[in-house]
Amino acid sequence: MCLGIPGELVDTVDEQPDLAVVMVSGVRRKINVALLSDQDLRLGDWVLVHVGFALSKISEDEARAVLSFLSSLGTPYDDELNALRESNIG
Amino acid sequence: MRYVDEFRDADRARALASRIARLAEPGREYKFMEVCGGHTHTIYKHGLEDYLPENITLVHGPGCPVCVIPMGRVDDAIHIARQPGVLMTSFGDMMRVPGGNGSFFDSNARDTNIRMVYSPLDALAIARDRPELRVVFMAIGFETTAPSTAMTLLRAKAEGLRNFFVFANHVTIIPAIKAILDSPDLRLDGFLGPGHVSTVIGCRPYEFIARDYGKPVVVAGFEPLDILQSIYLLMLQLSQGRCAVENQYGRVVPWDGNPIALRAITQTMRLRPYFEWRGLGFITSSALRLREEFAAFDAEQVFELPGLRVADPKSCQCGEVLKGVLKPWECKVFGTACTPETPIGTCMVSPEGACAAYYNFGRFSRQRVREASRA
Ligand code: SF4
Repeated sequence: MCLGIPGELVDTVDEQPDLAVVMVSGVRRKINVALLSDQDLRLGDWVLVHVGFALSKISEDEARAVLSFLSSLGTPYDDELNALRESNIG
Repeated sequence: MRYVDEFRDADRARALASRIARLAEPGREYKFMEVCGGHTHTIYKHGLEDYLPENITLVHGPGCPVCVIPMGRVDDAIHIARQPGVLMTSFGDMMRVPGGNGSFFDSNARDTNIRMVYSPLDALAIARDRPELRVVFMAIGFETTAPSTAMTLLRAKAEGLRNFFVFANHVTIIPAIKAILDSPDLRLDGFLGPGHVSTVIGCRPYEFIARDYGKPVVVAGFEPLDILQSIYLLMLQLSQGRCAVENQYGRVVPWDGNPIALRAITQTMRLRPYFEWRGLGFITSSALRLREEFAAFDAEQVFELPGLRVADPKSCQCGEVLKGVLKPWECKVFGTACTPETPIGTCMVSPEGACAAYYNFGRFSRQRVREASRA
Protein backbone atom coordinates (compact mmCIF):
# COMPACT_ATOMS: atom_id res chain seq x y z
CA MET A 1 0.00 0.00 0.00
CA CYS A 2 2.88 2.39 0.70
CA LEU A 3 4.88 1.31 -2.33
CA GLY A 4 4.80 3.47 -5.40
CA ILE A 5 5.17 1.22 -8.40
CA PRO A 6 6.25 2.47 -11.83
CA GLY A 7 3.90 1.88 -14.74
CA GLU A 8 4.24 2.75 -18.39
CA LEU A 9 1.20 4.34 -20.01
CA VAL A 10 0.28 2.02 -22.87
CA ASP A 11 -3.29 2.91 -23.75
CA THR A 12 -6.15 5.29 -23.14
CA VAL A 13 -9.65 4.27 -22.04
CA ASP A 14 -12.55 5.22 -24.30
CA GLU A 15 -14.78 7.97 -22.93
CA GLN A 16 -12.99 7.91 -19.56
CA PRO A 17 -10.27 10.55 -19.68
CA ASP A 18 -9.55 9.98 -15.96
CA LEU A 19 -8.38 6.45 -16.67
CA ALA A 20 -5.44 4.99 -18.57
CA VAL A 21 -3.95 1.56 -19.10
CA VAL A 22 -0.51 0.95 -17.64
CA MET A 23 1.93 -1.89 -17.85
CA VAL A 24 3.58 -2.73 -14.52
CA SER A 25 6.09 -5.58 -14.49
CA GLY A 26 4.09 -7.39 -17.19
CA VAL A 27 0.74 -6.70 -15.51
CA ARG A 28 -1.63 -4.64 -17.66
CA ARG A 29 -4.24 -2.75 -15.64
CA LYS A 30 -6.40 0.33 -15.69
CA ILE A 31 -5.44 3.09 -13.31
CA ASN A 32 -6.69 6.60 -12.58
CA VAL A 33 -4.56 9.46 -13.91
CA ALA A 34 -6.73 12.41 -12.86
CA LEU A 35 -4.20 13.58 -10.24
CA LEU A 36 -1.79 14.30 -13.09
CA SER A 37 -4.30 15.97 -15.36
CA ASP A 38 -2.15 19.13 -15.37
CA GLN A 39 0.87 17.23 -16.73
CA ASP A 40 0.13 16.55 -20.40
CA LEU A 41 0.65 12.78 -20.12
CA ARG A 42 1.40 10.82 -23.28
CA LEU A 43 1.58 7.16 -24.15
CA GLY A 44 5.04 5.90 -23.32
CA ASP A 45 5.33 8.14 -20.24
CA TRP A 46 6.10 6.56 -16.88
CA VAL A 47 4.20 7.26 -13.69
CA LEU A 48 4.44 6.12 -10.07
CA VAL A 49 1.23 4.33 -9.14
CA HIS A 50 -0.16 4.28 -5.59
CA VAL A 51 -3.26 2.20 -4.86
CA GLY A 52 -4.65 2.66 -8.35
CA PHE A 53 -3.73 6.32 -8.84
CA ALA A 54 -0.81 7.82 -10.74
CA LEU A 55 0.70 10.25 -8.24
CA SER A 56 3.77 11.53 -10.05
CA LYS A 57 5.33 11.46 -13.47
CA ILE A 58 8.87 10.09 -13.57
CA SER A 59 11.58 9.56 -16.16
CA GLU A 60 12.15 6.18 -17.75
CA ASP A 61 15.55 5.92 -16.05
CA GLU A 62 13.97 6.56 -12.68
CA ALA A 63 11.26 3.98 -13.46
CA ARG A 64 13.90 1.32 -14.19
CA ALA A 65 15.82 2.16 -11.05
CA VAL A 66 12.66 1.95 -8.94
CA LEU A 67 11.68 -1.36 -10.55
CA SER A 68 14.98 -2.97 -9.78
CA PHE A 69 14.84 -1.61 -6.24
CA LEU A 70 11.30 -2.93 -5.77
CA SER A 71 12.25 -6.37 -7.09
CA SER A 72 14.97 -6.49 -4.46
CA LEU A 73 12.32 -6.06 -1.76
CA GLY A 74 10.81 -9.49 -2.45
CA THR A 75 7.53 -10.20 -0.68
CA PRO A 76 6.18 -6.68 -0.19
CA TYR A 77 6.51 -6.02 -3.93
CA ASP A 78 5.06 -9.43 -4.87
CA ASP A 79 2.09 -8.76 -2.60
CA GLU A 80 1.51 -5.37 -4.19
CA LEU A 81 1.69 -6.83 -7.71
CA ASN A 82 -0.68 -9.64 -6.79
CA ALA A 83 -3.12 -7.11 -5.38
CA LEU A 84 -2.82 -5.08 -8.59
CA ARG A 85 -3.48 -8.22 -10.63
CA GLU A 86 -6.82 -8.61 -8.81
CA SER A 87 -7.69 -4.99 -9.41
CA ASN A 88 -10.50 -4.15 -11.80
CA ILE A 89 -11.37 -0.49 -11.61
CA GLY A 90 -13.84 0.96 -14.05
CA MET B 1 31.26 -5.54 5.89
CA ARG B 2 28.73 -8.13 5.06
CA TYR B 3 26.24 -6.01 3.13
CA VAL B 4 28.60 -4.28 0.80
CA ASP B 5 27.84 -6.21 -2.36
CA GLU B 6 24.14 -6.61 -1.74
CA PHE B 7 23.21 -3.58 -3.80
CA ARG B 8 24.48 -2.27 -7.08
CA ASP B 9 26.25 0.89 -6.15
CA ALA B 10 28.24 -0.39 -3.23
CA ASP B 11 31.27 1.62 -4.31
CA ARG B 12 29.32 4.85 -4.33
CA ALA B 13 27.82 3.89 -1.00
CA ARG B 14 31.27 3.46 0.48
CA ALA B 15 32.38 6.77 -0.96
CA LEU B 16 29.35 8.49 0.60
CA ALA B 17 29.98 6.69 3.86
CA SER B 18 33.48 8.07 4.09
CA ARG B 19 32.30 11.60 3.29
CA ILE B 20 29.72 11.25 6.06
CA ALA B 21 32.37 9.97 8.45
CA ARG B 22 34.61 12.94 7.68
CA LEU B 23 31.84 15.35 8.67
CA ALA B 24 31.15 13.61 11.98
CA GLU B 25 32.84 15.49 14.83
CA PRO B 26 34.39 13.07 17.28
CA GLY B 27 32.64 13.10 20.63
CA ARG B 28 29.41 14.52 19.24
CA GLU B 29 26.35 12.26 19.01
CA TYR B 30 24.06 12.60 16.00
CA LYS B 31 20.51 11.27 15.95
CA PHE B 32 18.41 11.43 12.80
CA MET B 33 14.84 10.22 12.54
CA GLU B 34 13.62 8.58 9.36
CA VAL B 35 9.94 9.38 9.48
CA CYS B 36 8.77 6.89 6.88
CA GLY B 37 8.47 3.13 7.29
CA GLY B 38 9.69 2.60 3.73
CA HIS B 39 13.01 4.12 4.77
CA THR B 40 13.15 1.90 7.85
CA HIS B 41 12.71 -1.10 5.59
CA THR B 42 15.60 -0.08 3.31
CA ILE B 43 17.85 0.76 6.26
CA TYR B 44 17.48 -2.67 7.83
CA LYS B 45 17.40 -4.61 4.62
CA HIS B 46 20.68 -3.16 3.44
CA GLY B 47 22.27 -2.80 6.83
CA LEU B 48 22.84 0.90 6.20
CA GLU B 49 23.64 1.59 9.85
CA ASP B 50 26.81 -0.44 9.32
CA TYR B 51 28.00 2.23 6.88
CA LEU B 52 27.74 5.00 9.42
CA PRO B 53 30.21 6.02 12.08
CA GLU B 54 29.22 4.93 15.56
CA ASN B 55 28.19 8.38 16.70
CA ILE B 56 25.41 8.60 14.06
CA THR B 57 22.22 6.81 15.04
CA LEU B 58 19.10 6.41 12.96
CA VAL B 59 15.87 6.54 14.91
CA HIS B 60 12.73 5.04 13.42
CA GLY B 61 9.70 7.25 13.28
CA PRO B 62 5.92 6.89 13.22
CA GLY B 63 5.46 6.80 9.44
CA CYS B 64 3.93 3.37 9.07
CA PRO B 65 0.20 3.93 8.60
CA VAL B 66 -1.03 0.54 9.71
CA CYS B 67 1.24 0.70 12.76
CA VAL B 68 -0.57 3.72 14.16
CA ILE B 69 -4.18 2.52 13.81
CA PRO B 70 -5.48 2.09 17.36
CA MET B 71 -7.17 -1.14 18.45
CA GLY B 72 -10.53 0.53 18.90
CA ARG B 73 -10.70 1.47 15.21
CA VAL B 74 -10.01 -2.13 14.17
CA ASP B 75 -12.86 -3.20 16.47
CA ASP B 76 -15.16 -0.54 14.99
CA ALA B 77 -14.39 -1.75 11.48
CA ILE B 78 -15.19 -5.33 12.45
CA HIS B 79 -18.42 -4.10 14.02
CA ILE B 80 -19.40 -2.47 10.71
CA ALA B 81 -18.43 -5.62 8.81
CA ARG B 82 -20.90 -7.60 10.95
CA GLN B 83 -23.93 -5.49 9.98
CA PRO B 84 -26.43 -7.14 7.63
CA GLY B 85 -25.76 -6.67 3.93
CA VAL B 86 -22.35 -5.06 4.52
CA LEU B 87 -19.22 -5.90 2.58
CA MET B 88 -16.16 -4.39 4.27
CA THR B 89 -13.12 -3.87 2.05
CA SER B 90 -9.55 -3.08 3.04
CA PHE B 91 -5.97 -2.88 1.83
CA GLY B 92 -4.14 -6.16 2.40
CA ASP B 93 -1.69 -4.52 4.84
CA MET B 94 -4.51 -3.91 7.29
CA MET B 95 -5.72 -7.50 7.48
CA ARG B 96 -3.37 -8.70 10.22
CA VAL B 97 -3.44 -5.63 12.44
CA PRO B 98 -4.65 -6.76 15.85
CA GLY B 99 -7.69 -5.16 17.45
CA GLY B 100 -9.07 -5.78 20.93
CA ASN B 101 -10.68 -8.93 19.64
CA GLY B 102 -8.27 -10.06 16.95
CA SER B 103 -7.52 -8.88 13.42
CA PHE B 104 -9.65 -8.79 10.27
CA PHE B 105 -8.30 -12.23 9.41
CA ASP B 106 -9.33 -13.56 12.85
CA SER B 107 -12.73 -11.97 12.39
CA ASN B 108 -13.14 -13.58 8.97
CA ALA B 109 -12.38 -16.96 10.53
CA ARG B 110 -15.35 -16.32 12.83
CA ASP B 111 -18.18 -14.62 10.98
CA THR B 112 -17.19 -11.78 8.62
CA ASN B 113 -16.06 -11.53 5.02
CA ILE B 114 -13.70 -8.55 4.99
CA ARG B 115 -12.30 -8.44 1.50
CA MET B 116 -8.89 -7.23 0.37
CA VAL B 117 -8.82 -4.69 -2.44
CA TYR B 118 -5.93 -3.00 -4.22
CA SER B 119 -7.56 0.41 -4.55
CA PRO B 120 -10.59 2.25 -3.15
CA LEU B 121 -11.71 2.32 -6.79
CA ASP B 122 -12.01 -1.46 -6.61
CA ALA B 123 -14.35 -1.08 -3.65
CA LEU B 124 -16.31 1.47 -5.66
CA ALA B 125 -16.52 -0.94 -8.61
CA ILE B 126 -17.94 -3.64 -6.32
CA ALA B 127 -20.56 -1.18 -5.01
CA ARG B 128 -21.55 -0.34 -8.57
CA ASP B 129 -21.90 -4.01 -9.55
CA ARG B 130 -23.65 -5.15 -6.36
CA PRO B 131 -26.35 -2.59 -5.52
CA GLU B 132 -27.83 -5.00 -2.96
CA LEU B 133 -24.67 -4.70 -0.81
CA ARG B 134 -23.51 -1.82 1.34
CA VAL B 135 -19.82 -1.63 0.47
CA VAL B 136 -17.56 0.02 3.04
CA PHE B 137 -13.93 0.95 2.39
CA MET B 138 -11.55 0.98 5.37
CA ALA B 139 -9.51 4.05 4.44
CA ILE B 140 -6.06 4.21 6.03
CA GLY B 141 -2.78 5.91 5.31
CA PHE B 142 -1.00 9.24 5.33
CA GLU B 143 -1.25 11.84 2.57
CA THR B 144 0.01 9.22 0.11
CA THR B 145 -3.30 7.37 0.09
CA ALA B 146 -5.71 10.13 1.21
CA PRO B 147 -5.99 11.53 -2.36
CA SER B 148 -7.11 8.14 -3.65
CA THR B 149 -9.89 8.03 -1.06
CA ALA B 150 -10.80 11.63 -1.88
CA MET B 151 -10.96 11.03 -5.63
CA THR B 152 -13.03 7.89 -5.08
CA LEU B 153 -15.50 9.84 -2.94
CA LEU B 154 -15.82 12.55 -5.58
CA ARG B 155 -16.48 9.88 -8.14
CA ALA B 156 -19.06 8.10 -5.96
CA LYS B 157 -20.89 11.37 -5.45
CA ALA B 158 -20.81 12.22 -9.16
CA GLU B 159 -22.25 8.81 -9.96
CA GLY B 160 -24.91 9.17 -7.28
CA LEU B 161 -24.01 5.86 -5.65
CA ARG B 162 -25.98 5.19 -2.47
CA ASN B 163 -24.31 1.99 -1.30
CA PHE B 164 -20.67 3.06 -0.99
CA PHE B 165 -19.20 4.23 2.31
CA VAL B 166 -15.80 5.23 3.65
CA PHE B 167 -14.56 4.49 7.16
CA ALA B 168 -11.96 7.24 7.33
CA ASN B 169 -8.78 6.63 9.30
CA HIS B 170 -6.43 8.87 7.37
CA VAL B 171 -3.70 10.49 9.42
CA THR B 172 -1.49 13.46 8.63
CA ILE B 173 2.25 13.39 9.09
CA ILE B 174 3.04 16.92 10.25
CA PRO B 175 1.24 16.78 13.65
CA ALA B 176 2.98 13.47 14.40
CA ILE B 177 6.38 15.00 13.70
CA LYS B 178 5.45 17.96 15.85
CA ALA B 179 4.37 15.68 18.70
CA ILE B 180 7.74 13.97 18.52
CA LEU B 181 9.59 17.28 18.47
CA ASP B 182 7.64 18.41 21.51
CA SER B 183 8.17 15.20 23.43
CA PRO B 184 10.86 15.46 26.10
CA ASP B 185 11.95 11.83 25.64
CA LEU B 186 14.03 12.35 22.57
CA ARG B 187 16.65 14.71 21.30
CA LEU B 188 16.97 14.64 17.51
CA ASP B 189 19.42 16.39 15.21
CA GLY B 190 17.46 16.18 11.98
CA PHE B 191 14.94 14.34 9.87
CA LEU B 192 14.84 12.25 6.74
CA GLY B 193 11.55 13.45 5.28
CA PRO B 194 9.12 10.90 3.84
CA GLY B 195 9.38 10.44 0.07
CA HIS B 196 5.89 9.54 -1.09
CA VAL B 197 3.95 11.66 1.39
CA SER B 198 5.95 14.62 0.11
CA THR B 199 4.92 13.82 -3.46
CA VAL B 200 1.50 15.00 -2.30
CA ILE B 201 2.21 17.68 0.34
CA GLY B 202 5.49 18.95 -1.12
CA CYS B 203 8.41 20.22 0.98
CA ARG B 204 7.03 23.46 2.41
CA PRO B 205 5.07 21.90 5.30
CA TYR B 206 8.40 20.85 6.87
CA GLU B 207 9.72 24.41 6.99
CA PHE B 208 8.55 24.91 10.59
CA ILE B 209 10.98 22.17 11.67
CA ALA B 210 13.92 24.21 10.44
CA ARG B 211 12.44 27.58 11.40
CA ASP B 212 10.91 26.89 14.82
CA TYR B 213 12.96 23.92 16.02
CA GLY B 214 16.26 24.61 14.31
CA LYS B 215 16.61 21.14 12.81
CA PRO B 216 17.44 20.26 9.21
CA VAL B 217 15.12 18.13 7.06
CA VAL B 218 16.06 16.29 3.88
CA VAL B 219 13.24 14.69 1.91
CA ALA B 220 14.71 11.35 0.86
CA GLY B 221 14.18 8.65 -1.76
CA PHE B 222 13.94 4.97 -0.95
CA GLU B 223 17.06 3.40 -2.39
CA PRO B 224 20.08 2.76 -0.18
CA LEU B 225 22.08 5.47 -1.95
CA ASP B 226 19.22 7.96 -1.55
CA ILE B 227 19.26 7.43 2.18
CA LEU B 228 23.03 7.67 2.52
CA GLN B 229 23.08 10.77 0.39
CA SER B 230 20.34 12.35 2.49
CA ILE B 231 22.27 11.61 5.67
CA TYR B 232 25.28 13.24 4.02
CA LEU B 233 23.17 16.33 3.24
CA LEU B 234 21.95 16.49 6.85
CA MET B 235 25.53 16.21 8.12
CA LEU B 236 26.65 18.87 5.68
CA GLN B 237 24.01 21.28 6.95
CA LEU B 238 24.98 20.63 10.56
CA SER B 239 28.68 21.04 9.82
CA GLN B 240 27.98 24.37 8.14
CA GLY B 241 25.71 25.46 10.96
CA ARG B 242 22.71 25.66 8.63
CA CYS B 243 19.26 24.21 8.96
CA ALA B 244 16.87 24.14 6.05
CA VAL B 245 14.52 21.86 4.17
CA GLU B 246 16.21 20.19 1.22
CA ASN B 247 14.84 17.81 -1.37
CA GLN B 248 17.08 14.89 -2.23
CA TYR B 249 14.23 13.13 -4.07
CA GLY B 250 13.51 15.87 -6.60
CA ARG B 251 13.27 13.33 -9.40
CA VAL B 252 9.90 12.30 -7.91
CA VAL B 253 8.91 14.95 -5.34
CA PRO B 254 7.93 18.42 -6.64
CA TRP B 255 8.68 21.21 -4.15
CA ASP B 256 5.01 22.17 -4.06
CA GLY B 257 3.59 18.65 -4.06
CA ASN B 258 0.58 17.65 -6.12
CA PRO B 259 -1.98 20.50 -6.07
CA ILE B 260 -4.78 18.40 -7.58
CA ALA B 261 -4.36 15.77 -4.87
CA LEU B 262 -4.34 18.41 -2.13
CA ARG B 263 -7.48 20.03 -3.54
CA ALA B 264 -9.29 16.65 -3.65
CA ILE B 265 -8.43 16.02 0.00
CA THR B 266 -9.70 19.47 1.05
CA GLN B 267 -12.89 19.06 -0.96
CA THR B 268 -13.85 15.81 0.73
CA MET B 269 -12.20 15.77 4.17
CA ARG B 270 -11.47 18.03 7.09
CA LEU B 271 -9.24 17.77 10.15
CA ARG B 272 -10.57 16.02 13.22
CA PRO B 273 -10.02 17.92 16.48
CA TYR B 274 -7.96 14.96 17.70
CA PHE B 275 -7.29 11.32 16.89
CA GLU B 276 -5.77 8.44 18.77
CA TRP B 277 -2.53 7.05 17.38
CA ARG B 278 -1.56 3.63 18.55
CA GLY B 279 1.27 4.00 20.99
CA LEU B 280 1.40 7.78 20.73
CA GLY B 281 -1.97 8.55 22.28
CA PHE B 282 -4.24 11.42 21.24
CA ILE B 283 -2.72 13.99 18.88
CA THR B 284 -4.50 17.26 18.11
CA SER B 285 -5.62 17.91 14.51
CA SER B 286 -3.79 14.84 13.27
CA ALA B 287 -6.36 12.95 11.23
CA LEU B 288 -9.04 13.45 8.61
CA ARG B 289 -12.75 12.77 8.55
CA LEU B 290 -15.32 13.28 5.81
CA ARG B 291 -16.87 16.70 5.32
CA GLU B 292 -20.57 17.26 5.99
CA GLU B 293 -21.26 17.32 2.25
CA PHE B 294 -20.17 13.68 2.20
CA ALA B 295 -22.12 12.59 5.28
CA ALA B 296 -24.13 10.09 3.23
CA PHE B 297 -20.87 8.29 2.43
CA ASP B 298 -19.46 8.49 5.94
CA ALA B 299 -19.47 5.11 7.68
CA GLU B 300 -19.00 6.87 11.01
CA GLN B 301 -22.33 8.63 10.59
CA VAL B 302 -24.26 5.90 8.82
CA PHE B 303 -23.39 3.03 11.15
CA GLU B 304 -23.60 3.17 14.92
CA LEU B 305 -20.07 2.60 16.14
CA PRO B 306 -19.08 1.32 19.56
CA GLY B 307 -16.12 3.75 19.39
CA LEU B 308 -14.52 2.19 22.44
CA ARG B 309 -10.98 3.03 23.30
CA VAL B 310 -9.06 -0.20 23.83
CA ALA B 311 -5.80 -0.04 25.75
CA ASP B 312 -2.79 -1.62 24.07
CA PRO B 313 -1.61 -4.91 25.57
CA LYS B 314 0.59 -4.31 28.61
CA SER B 315 3.55 -6.11 27.10
CA CYS B 316 3.42 -3.93 23.98
CA GLN B 317 6.00 -1.17 23.66
CA CYS B 318 5.08 -0.01 20.16
CA GLY B 319 4.57 3.54 21.39
CA GLU B 320 8.19 3.80 22.45
CA VAL B 321 9.29 2.21 19.18
CA LEU B 322 7.11 4.56 17.11
CA LYS B 323 8.55 7.55 18.91
CA GLY B 324 12.03 6.22 18.42
CA VAL B 325 12.69 6.00 22.16
CA LEU B 326 13.23 2.23 22.04
CA LYS B 327 14.90 0.18 19.35
CA PRO B 328 12.73 -2.77 18.27
CA TRP B 329 14.90 -5.39 19.93
CA GLU B 330 14.70 -3.57 23.22
CA CYS B 331 10.98 -4.42 23.54
CA LYS B 332 10.62 -7.24 26.04
CA VAL B 333 8.46 -9.42 23.78
CA PHE B 334 10.39 -8.80 20.54
CA GLY B 335 11.07 -12.02 18.68
CA THR B 336 9.69 -14.17 21.48
CA ALA B 337 5.99 -13.58 22.10
CA CYS B 338 5.81 -11.01 19.29
CA THR B 339 6.81 -12.18 15.78
CA PRO B 340 5.40 -11.43 12.31
CA GLU B 341 3.37 -14.66 12.58
CA THR B 342 1.94 -13.77 15.99
CA PRO B 343 2.15 -9.99 16.24
CA ILE B 344 1.27 -8.44 19.59
CA GLY B 345 1.93 -4.92 18.41
CA THR B 346 1.37 -3.32 15.03
CA CYS B 347 5.04 -2.54 14.35
CA MET B 348 5.46 -6.26 13.77
CA VAL B 349 2.62 -6.50 11.24
CA SER B 350 3.52 -4.38 8.26
CA PRO B 351 6.80 -4.94 6.39
CA GLU B 352 7.33 -1.21 6.94
CA GLY B 353 6.97 -1.53 10.70
CA ALA B 354 10.27 -1.12 12.48
CA CYS B 355 9.91 -4.38 14.42
CA ALA B 356 9.04 -6.48 11.36
CA ALA B 357 11.82 -4.89 9.31
CA TYR B 358 14.26 -5.54 12.10
CA TYR B 359 13.00 -9.08 12.68
CA ASN B 360 13.34 -9.93 8.99
CA PHE B 361 16.66 -8.34 8.24
CA GLY B 362 18.31 -7.12 11.37
CA ARG B 363 19.42 -10.24 13.11
CA PHE B 364 23.00 -10.15 11.97
CA SER B 365 23.39 -6.63 13.19
CA ARG B 366 21.74 -7.56 16.45
CA GLN B 367 24.21 -10.36 16.87
CA ARG B 368 26.93 -7.82 16.36
CA VAL B 369 25.38 -5.50 18.90
CA ARG B 370 25.38 -8.36 21.39
CA GLU B 371 28.94 -9.25 20.61
CA ALA B 372 29.96 -5.65 20.89
CA SER B 373 28.25 -5.24 24.24
CA ARG B 374 29.97 -8.37 25.53
CA ALA B 375 33.38 -7.28 24.33
S1 SF4 C 1 8.08 -6.30 19.49
FE1 SF4 C 1 5.86 -6.33 19.14
S2 SF4 C 1 4.94 -5.44 20.98
FE2 SF4 C 1 7.15 -4.94 21.03
S3 SF4 C 1 7.24 -2.90 20.10
FE3 SF4 C 1 7.56 -4.38 18.44
S4 SF4 C 1 5.52 -4.77 17.60
FE4 SF4 C 1 5.23 -3.73 19.57
